[in-house]
Amino acid sequence: MDILFLLVPLSVILVFFILGGLWWAIYTGQFEDIEPEGERILHDD
Amino acid sequence: MQLEHSQPSTYNDKVVRQFSIMAVVWGVVGMLMGVIIAAQLVWPELNLGLPWTSFGRLRPLHTNAVIFAFGGSALFATSYYVVQRTCQTRLFAGKLASFTFWGWQAVIVAAAISLPLGYTQGKEYAELEWPIDILIAIVWVSYAIVFFGTIGQRKVKHIYVANWFYGAFILAVALLHIVNSAAIPAGFMKSYSAYAGVQDAMVQWWYGHNAVGFFLTAGFLGMMYYFVPKQAERPVYSYSLSIVHFWAIIFTYMWAGPHHLHYTALPDWTQSLGMVFSLILLAPSWGGMINGIMTLSGAWHKLRTDPILRFLIVALSFYGMSTFEGPMMAIKTVNALSHYTDWTVGHVHSGALGWVGLISMGSLYYMVPRLFGQKQMFSIKAIELHFWLATIGIVLYISALWISGVMEGLMWRAMNADGTLAYTFVESVKAKFPYYFTRLLGGVLYLSGMLIMAWNVYKTATSGKPVLVNIPQVSAAHA
Repeated sequence: MDILFLLVPLSVILVFFILGGLWWAIYTGQFEDIEPEGERILHDD
Repeated sequence: MQLEHSQPSTYNDKVVRQFSIMAVVWGVVGMLMGVIIAAQLVWPELNLGLPWTSFGRLRPLHTNAVIFAFGGSALFATSYYVVQRTCQTRLFAGKLASFTFWGWQAVIVAAAISLPLGYTQGKEYAELEWPIDILIAIVWVSYAIVFFGTIGQRKVKHIYVANWFYGAFILAVALLHIVNSAAIPAGFMKSYSAYAGVQDAMVQWWYGHNAVGFFLTAGFLGMMYYFVPKQAERPVYSYSLSIVHFWAIIFTYMWAGPHHLHYTALPDWTQSLGMVFSLILLAPSWGGMINGIMTLSGAWHKLRTDPILRFLIVALSFYGMSTFEGPMMAIKTVNALSHYTDWTVGHVHSGALGWVGLISMGSLYYMVPRLFGQKQMFSIKAIELHFWLATIGIVLYISALWISGVMEGLMWRAMNADGTLAYTFVESVKAKFPYYFTRLLGGVLYLSGMLIMAWNVYKTATSGKPVLVNIPQVSAAHA
């Protein structure tokens, strides 16, 4: 099962990328005062 | 972000129109292929004794046509539509977007020619040979550039949740496709996988199940989070839950794949890991499903009069059903009965016809009139009829295969007192005849609904004309 030496690190790297995305989203204020965002798409056209 | 005066004032809907129309065309083609191979299982003479029309070659043609041609075109169309509206900006790199359309259609045509001719890598849902794989990779990277470029030039600070789902789908599919398709070419249209034996099987189902998770789930959840609120004219039930749904599902999906390899040469602990992750997935899946359905809370009466909303909500019900059934089938003891039987095929179709099909159709019914300057589809009655044909078709299809699958699973494991098998394999095949016939009937109903949709879309498009939609001026609060 040498393949796990490829797939497991690949998944770990991916998780780090996902964590990076989450970190970016939180610290750039993507999730501040979000409930009105659901409303906003109703008025986009 | 500042508004510039030179910026274009309309959305790029040409590419959305192209993909929408082709989604309908490929839907008809792919579902017709499905009906043909279902008929072949009932009457094997329909293989015609020719290699090009045999079940083994037409079956991958069916799966590729419905997943990548129909589903793929619907995902391209809706993601381009949604990302522009929610970011209030024109699509980034219009020429590249146009290339993704023609490139993707070229991939589909190449598949439609090469699969009946017998060119295949022999990997489920990744059959296409290496030259086509390279074209897919190029088109996909272009897609990522267009999509994320559009996000990058958004005029609204917040990135709407649907875009997160579409974005995860685009990135994950790129990674999965490139890793799983790694192969050593041995001439034009012939190659050998870069991995061998059980290693290859593990990569294949790491790809295969994540293709289900990111192509057939995350992408279509993007559709759900935009078109359900738009059609219901209500914001999503809980926007916070939608954010939790997104992060929970992408963190947990990656390791469910080994459940496709229960009781194989794959190490036991890897199988158990796959089972545990599959069970965990039930939670985020149902969180999302409930969030989608509860969007209608306080407006349930709309289901009585609005067939498009019915498409979307019934799609979510099938999503809930198949994301419950899936984890159950991943439990090893259940899998011992269900694996290699028609139950698996039924499960896939409950997700494919019920979730992917209905959510795409509902979204297309929402978009098409708006893309051609019409208030609504040419015929609402026809949407209604389509809805009932599709729903009855799915119910016939999946219940027939539940019975057939459990029956053959029980027949295979039945033993006589002396320890010999109670049934021969061919007896289990013979017993399935009535269920195969019912499945064919369900497929015919589903296809006829799709034909009605094609007619309705044609009438809507020809009675209107392509329109340019203005990008609304962003208020200072959001800019």
